[in-house]
Amino acid sequence: MSGSGVAAALLLLVASGVASATSPVELRVWGMGREGEVLRDLVAVFEEAHPGVRVRVQQIPWSAAHEKLLTAFVGGALPDVIQVGNTWIPELVALDAVLPVDDQIATIRDDFFPGILDTNVLDGRTWGVPWYADTRILFYRHDLTAAAGVDGPPATWAEWLAALERMQRSAGPGHSPILLPLREWQTPVILALQRGATLLRDEATRGDFASPPARTAFDFYLDLFRRGLARRDAATQVTNVYQDFAAGRFTFYVTGPWNLGELARRLPPALEDAWRTAPMPSPAPGVPGVSLAGGASLVVSRSTTEPALAGALVAHLTDIPMLCRLYDLAGDLPARSSAWNGCPIARDGRDEERTAAFWTQLQAVRATPKIPEWERIATRLTHHLELAVRGDVTLDVALAALDRDVDAILEKRRWLRAREAE
Amino acid sequence: MRRRRGLDPAWLLVGPALAILAVFFAGPVLASFVLSLTDFDLYAVARLDRLRVIGAGNYAALLASPRFWRAVRNTAYFVLVGGPLSIAVSLVAALLLDAPAVRWKPFLRTVLFLPVVTTLVAVAIVWRAIYHPRAGLLAWLCTQLGVTPIDWLGDPVWAMPAIILLAVWKNFGFNMLVFLAGLQSVPERLYEAARLDGAGAWPRFRHVTLPVLAPTFGFVVVTTTIGYLQLFAEPYVMTQGGPAEHTLSIVLLMYEEGFRWWNLGFAAAVAFVLFAIILVVTGAQVLLRRIFTREVA
Repeated sequence: MSGSGVAAALLLLVASGVASATSPVELRVWGMGREGEVLRDLVAVFEEAHPGVRVRVQQIPWSAAHEKLLTAFVGGALPDVIQVGNTWIPELVALDAVLPVDDQIATIRDDFFPGILDTNVLDGRTWGVPWYADTRILFYRHDLTAAAGVDGPPATWAEWLAALERMQRSAGPGHSPILLPLREWQTPVILALQRGATLLRDEATRGDFASPPARTAFDFYLDLFRRGLARRDAATQVTNVYQDFAAGRFTFYVTGPWNLGELARRLPPALEDAWRTAPMPSPAPGVPGVSLAGGASLVVSRSTTEPALAGALVAHLTDIPMLCRLYDLAGDLPARSSAWNGCPIARDGRDEERTAAFWTQLQAVRATPKIPEWERIATRLTHHLELAVRGDVTLDVALAALDRDVDAILEKRRWLRAREAE
Repeated sequence: MRRRRGLDPAWLLVGPALAILAVFFAGPVLASFVLSLTDFDLYAVARLDRLRVIGAGNYAALLASPRFWRAVRNTAYFVLVGGPLSIAVSLVAALLLDAPAVRWKPFLRTVLFLPVVTTLVAVAIVWRAIYHPRAGLLAWLCTQLGVTPIDWLGDPVWAMPAIILLAVWKNFGFNMLVFLAGLQSVPERLYEAARLDGAGAWPRFRHVTLPVLAPTFGFVVVTTTIGYLQLFAEPYVMTQGGPAEHTLSIVLLMYEEGFRWWNLGFAAAVAFVLFAIILVVTGAQVLLRRIFTREVA
């Protein structure tokens, strides 16, 4: 702590001793990464509107957030309001660490993107208020596809495959037109969800990755490597993704909204107009090309002594002006659809076009299985698929092994279910 | 005369130390052993009635898990190749530094010791750049030699050698200092006597230096083996255990199970199995040394 920090803390101690009768109510908020920084700005208006309330914002880096959250829960030190990745909500519900927010959002429920809101719903109740939305779509080098004679972004898997093969033919055999990092589970999972796979069965107590819809999707994914359309060794080169994209080493990349800003910043000015975005291609015409329902929500801790005030703060942070401000400051896409009309989203035509693909995609997003074990299962999925991609095992062997792993991971869930049923 | 009644004052003297050991060492070790007999996990954190005592269940699951055996194989690879290599590099560096012809000794010693005191996380960034399959220094060297560059961290075959190289570079300085201290204790008159007997450089090293260094060797081998069996930071920052789990070590597995997935019962079992492995390996080393020295004597 800096000297001035110590002095300020001492002053506060003295002040609270003197003015204990009128001492301000304190709300503690945890924000992650960039949002943790901009939160200070966002809560200022709230403090003005609520005299006598002080909001203390603490910024937590994403990489440490999950561990810190669990440790704070065990230690009884959770803050009043927490920003969480919406895939963490099942875990917080299993811990019984958060309060339901159904009543609070009753009037604005329909304003959230349904797929995004759904990630917050578990056992018939809503546990978090969606803050910003996140999903994955197709980023591509429009100049390269146009030069190769590919017209428009691919709308179906067949068109996608045709476009990739065309790119490979025109660029020569060494070129792999799509970047699929082996460590990322998102793309294969999106493909499986698009095929209608549920990934788990028996009320999410057993793996179902070998089911026909999932298998078809994974086979398509694997095929991209077999045909040399994606490189197997791309995993270690991820640090250079922007350089490689600029150099045209790949044309297509499935990624999220944070790269709108990153690419604009990191690509050379000459390539300013060279890249575009498009919603995920769908497996067949008429079938929605769904993507992942990601993003972050705000939750109210069960341990809070000021549930009403904490709820008011969440309501403030998720109202339209604040969502616009969050977009301005951090580039986070609002989770409420009316904010997309209410705020000036994307400043010029080029940005608007790129962001519009996210708007289209957010109408069709789906949650991954809502259980605390999901992330662990996803890492097993990347492992077994990697073995199949490398050709160490066949796809069927890999999926059978994956289902075995998942069944073992979910043993506790089966036991809990059986106990509840008694 | 020995006092029969009352408390032996020795207890008063060792008491505080024993109390600290009991609270901060014996207690936690016992607690984590008990933990390893349960399935303590995320569900049990909130409600203890969701905890099951499963006896040796974690140990059975561990021994039946291919991931655990993969981690054991990787760790053994690292210890068996990296350990001797690291010790050899340390010894060579120490011998070179000890050579009378070498100038600037304190400076060279400091430079060679620097990797030991630098932060691994910072060093890892540099090494990741060195290992980069297209832009890295090693890739450039390979191209100069007309060899296809190796994707060091992305190729299952080369990932562990890459980790070993990094670990040897990072750690050899410490053992080098230990060897240097050992070398300085070799009496000059022994060398003189050997020289008078007509012994060349190699016989002098083999029959004078090495025997005098034997106790130093014992210390270095045991500490290096124990340290290398606990391989964690290098794969954690460089590869996260990949590619295809070829750099997954026992401690990395324990970390993932315990702190990433919160399976503390299972992670505690991993810790105890690792403890048993270290105990057996160290015991075997001590035993071998005893047998060996007896034979020599």
